[in-house]
Amino acid sequence: MKKFNLKYIALFVAAIAVVSCDPELENPIDEAGVYSSGTADFSKYVAVGNSLTSGYADGALYLDAQEKSFPAIMAGQMAFAGGGEFNQPLVNDNAGGLLAGGVQILPNRFVLAVGADGNPGPAVYTGQMPTTDITNNVGENLNNFGVPGAKSFHLGAPGYGNIANLPAANPYFIRFASDPNATVIADAAAANGTFFTLWIGNNDILSFATSGGVGVDQTGNLNPATYGSNDITDPNVFAGAVSGYVTALTANGAKGALVNIPDVTSIPFFTTVPSNAIPLDAATAGLVMSNPQIAGYNAGLQQAAGAGFITSTEAAQRTINFTAGQNFMLMEDEDLTDLSALGLPNLRQTNSSDLITFTSAAVIGTQADPSNPLSIIGVAVPLGDENVLTANEQAAITAAQTAYNTTLENLAAANDLAFVDARTALAQVASTGVGFNGGTLTSTYASGGGFSLDGVHPTPRGYAFTANVIIDAINEQYGSTLPRVDIGAYRSIQTSNDVN
Amino acid sequence: MNKLKVLAVFILISAFAYAGGYRVSTQSNRQLAMGHTGVAVVNSADILFFNPAGLVHLESTFSASAGGFGVFSNVAFQNSEFGTSSQTDSPMGTPVYAYASYKITDKFAVGLGIYTPFGSNVTWPTDWAGSHLVNEIELSAIFIQPTLSYQLFDSVSIGAGPIIAIGGVQFNRNAGRSLTNEQGDRSNVAVEDSGVLGYGWTAGLMFTPNDRFTFGFNYRSLINIESTEGTATFSNFPNSPLTPANGETSFTATLPLPAELTVGVSYKWDKLLLAFDYNRALWSEYESLDLTFGNGSTSINPRNYKDASTYRLGAQYEANDKLTVRAGYYFDESPVQSGFFAPETPRNDSNGYTFGFSYNINEKFAIDASLLYLQFKEINESYDFFTDPGATQPSSFGGTFKSQALIPGIGITYNM
Repeated sequence: MKKFNLKYIALFVAAIAVVSCDPELENPIDEAGVYSSGTADFSKYVAVGNSLTSGYADGALYLDAQEKSFPAIMAGQMAFAGGGEFNQPLVNDNAGGLLAGGVQILPNRFVLAVGADGNPGPAVYTGQMPTTDITNNVGENLNNFGVPGAKSFHLGAPGYGNIANLPAANPYFIRFASDPNATVIADAAAANGTFFTLWIGNNDILSFATSGGVGVDQTGNLNPATYGSNDITDPNVFAGAVSGYVTALTANGAKGALVNIPDVTSIPFFTTVPSNAIPLDAATAGLVMSNPQIAGYNAGLQQAAGAGFITSTEAAQRTINFTAGQNFMLMEDEDLTDLSALGLPNLRQTNSSDLITFTSAAVIGTQADPSNPLSIIGVAVPLGDENVLTANEQAAITAAQTAYNTTLENLAAANDLAFVDARTALAQVASTGVGFNGGTLTSTYASGGGFSLDGVHPTPRGYAFTANVIIDAINEQYGSTLPRVDIGAYRSIQTSNDVN
Repeated sequence: MNKLKVLAVFILISAFAYAGGYRVSTQSNRQLAMGHTGVAVVNSADILFFNPAGLVHLESTFSASAGGFGVFSNVAFQNSEFGTSSQTDSPMGTPVYAYASYKITDKFAVGLGIYTPFGSNVTWPTDWAGSHLVNEIELSAIFIQPTLSYQLFDSVSIGAGPIIAIGGVQFNRNAGRSLTNEQGDRSNVAVEDSGVLGYGWTAGLMFTPNDRFTFGFNYRSLINIESTEGTATFSNFPNSPLTPANGETSFTATLPLPAELTVGVSYKWDKLLLAFDYNRALWSEYESLDLTFGNGSTSINPRNYKDASTYRLGAQYEANDKLTVRAGYYFDESPVQSGFFAPETPRNDSNGYTFGFSYNINEKFAIDASLLYLQFKEINESYDFFTDPGATQPSSFGGTFKSQALIPGIGITYNM
């Protein structure tokens, strides 16, 4: 009888042993073969470019955003299809400022702080002292060669990472240059990636744009050594540089993706401050217009037109008129016909085709002379060249940008590389927004989710969107099946009142 | 005639008692081994839980039983669109029970039961893809039930008792899908409360038309656990007037422990006993889990549960003087509706396979053992009603879930 009982007990124990306790999915995605690399090889991914590749955001390079750079996000997805580890030249902290020998040379990042008036706005984060010193080189075994501030020709410039060359050298590249006279592209090529992304050329037009067109359009000048920092790079200089980089990066047979240059009108730096930013009531408008200088200027324009010095169209364009409501702003425009011989300055009011730089918001409507309440900038005192990107300046940018993008598309086609149309993708974010799980990504400053508080660089959410756009292009080119990321899981701007 | 009337009452009642959600059907080793049937099975003092009307049917003057279980339950999750995956590492749940019954006369018995019919113990990896819904939850409720049982007619007994419930909760989740402090640490809200009292009642009826058939009916009322004195801890929020401040605050929330209705029948033939129970849990009470915090913020979490049924079959065979063996099966319908699949109680429909035995050590003591294997189908589901702080439209979190639970138990029965 006892034996009989034991049988049952043994069966019972066996039943416990047979049933495993770990739930197992039918097709676990972490098993090999679920996602395909197609004809690409993601085992070593190398990213080359400028601030956009580095993860720069909010006017600085700081740890949290750097860890969510688009290459880092993409590397995470590539890991499902044979991708290996991805090392970035990480900064030390979330302050974002840079030190050189203990002295701060670049400011901390922006956060969205609520001011004394209750309104939120960007402010420099002071909750933490910066600790990243550029004299501490971290250029060991890297995959991300994104250098904030780099223009196309900088990536091939020896000494760009040499601290002795400051301020012409780049503090970010100084941090990870393999040698003081190494070039970014040589270091990147030496990493010997099996797959690369190259996104360069944005700064070749952007610094001109953000300076309000203060720089020079260098189209026709083939010597970049003579360029100023705010100049537009000659398209042939761009093409020569970038095709050399593609050659260097594909020398070992690597596949990759080239990303084109978005429109400056896609970024909040140029779309946040309207060109008619001056509100006036009827009484104030009347007071402004009673200024005899305005009447004199307007009368002078008519005389100049009558004498044939300017067209009647230009006279009308330059005629100053402030009325009740939102007013276009008084500005100086170097492209107007010079009438100084008649004692008339190069003034006009802004119009709807002008783009006002984001940084102008700080001066518009303030007094140029603190003791003179009539010296309102934009009304009585003209905005400077640096505040306004005029239609002429925009045309110069567009011409260069179009040439760059044609070069990139041709290079991609000639080398069987994926071509990423970031320009179209960002234009869609700016115009209609792009829906995602939990919201709509737009380029509206601060609230749109796509752009960080510097108005130029994406938020981590914007970088996640960028990663998806590039992943799509890679999958299309190489037949791979890299999964996208859920961009709603990546943060937008950071709020904080740790701003002193 | 009388018997027929009682039967008619049974048939008329077409809605019945309990399943799924955070209900844990482990209130007796003997009955769990039989698919957790029991509303019409008089086996031990465990009947106090299943049907208080059966208490008076116990043969011994004094009966007592106690036992416990180890709940080994885990859930795997993945989303192949985005390549996210996680698996819970939940601590073992330990539901327990103890019942005692004393027969004052042949027609009148009293009893006291302590048991833990509700609970949840789910631990996801911190900051996993669904961490805005739950990182970790530990939910428990202890029911204390004094009981009276009376033989009304020869074939009909009744029983009833009040229930005092003592509830406790620990719940931790991130405040949003992407909200962080200045250092990139995910903003988090944790709530904790214990010793929350709730009150309810249970009543049952047992009908024994002959020696072979027993019919049972039981109702257990809704008990609301209203938490008002707990602590909510906000951490890793940025230093900003646009977000809640870090630190401790109060909160209020109500968690319903739903009413359950059970009907069942058992058939005894020599050494064999067969039982069938039908449960209906009135989960539709659980519409939303709404937390109101002392710092002015709120968290509204639609649940929209539906009433759910469980169908239970069990068999018991007295192999010899010492050993009784049992087996059972049940189908447990989940109260969670499509689109409301929150990973804090990731339960879809399940099949329960049960086994067990009792071994009589002597005339008074017996050891009871049971094993439940709860099998869930893989399911593609989502929770579509979470809205990030500051967002204007809800986001969906979902993917493929696969749950599994293994629940061994052991207990002791004493008869005097």
